Amino acid sequence: MALFSALMVITSKNPVYSVLWLIITFFAISGHYILLNAQFLAVVNIIVYAGAIMVLFLFVIMLMNARQEGPTGSKRWITLAGTVSGGIFLLVLVAALKDSELKARTAMVMDGQIGLIKVLGNELFTRYVVPFEISSILFLSAMVGAVVIGKKD
Amino acid sequence: MPINYYLFLSLALFTIGMVGVLTRRNAIIIFMCIELMLNAVNLLLVAFSKMHYQAAFEAGQVAGQAGVDGQLFVFFIMVVAAAEVSVGLAIIVMMYRNVHSVDINFLNRLKH
Repeated sequence: MALFSALMVITSKNPVYSVLWLIITFFAISGHYILLNAQFLAVVNIIVYAGAIMVLFLFVIMLMNARQEGPTGSKRWITLAGTVSGGIFLLVLVAALKDSELKARTAMVMDGQIGLIKVLGNELFTRYVVPFEISSILFLSAMVGAVVIGKKD
Repeated sequence: MPINYYLFLSLALFTIGMVGVLTRRNAIIIFMCIELMLNAVNLLLVAFSKMHYQAAFEAGQVAGQAGVDGQLFVFFIMVVAAAEVSVGLAIIVMMYRNVHSVDINFLNRLKH
């Protein structure tokens, strides 16, 4: 389901449909997080991506009224070349990782404590408190930067 | 669940995002494909985190903290992606205001 909706993201002509398919993709990925018992990340993924970021994308698309691609739509050979090179990339990576020593390893599903908010928060505010503060400063600067860029000059 | 499945799933998602970046002309869709690639990496990080946790669990350790780092990295990636999206969309809006297009064929020169 994630793969199908991800394919629809890049094949939809209308950018609004593309955004909606991307939201479905994010929900599918959140489903995988829940399956891996990473509940905090699943909730954060839905709130941040499917909620905030996608609404931002929709706002921008509707603000620009950019329904169709411009007069220079995708040229056929660019599409072909991109698809072929992507396929080759996938082929190389799959061939490289198919016989790796990871094959016997399994990921713990539907169990385990580390995805819970208690453990993650404890770790985040003890060992990772400095990166956390730095990321808050990054957020502040990104906010100021977005306002400055978006300001009419 | 074998880690291979997650590996190939996120490889496929990443490749789809890459193909989208290579083929589409709309700057917003290219941006969305970058988000898709980030999410593929996130999924793989969470899967590896759980793999690490299970390895520590089976080794008989207390397994309290093993693998927490991966999930926290995913959290930080999400934070950085949110900041990146806000700035990037502001840039796209500004370029649209100047050029009246989001087609990257028209945006290939940095001045107008």
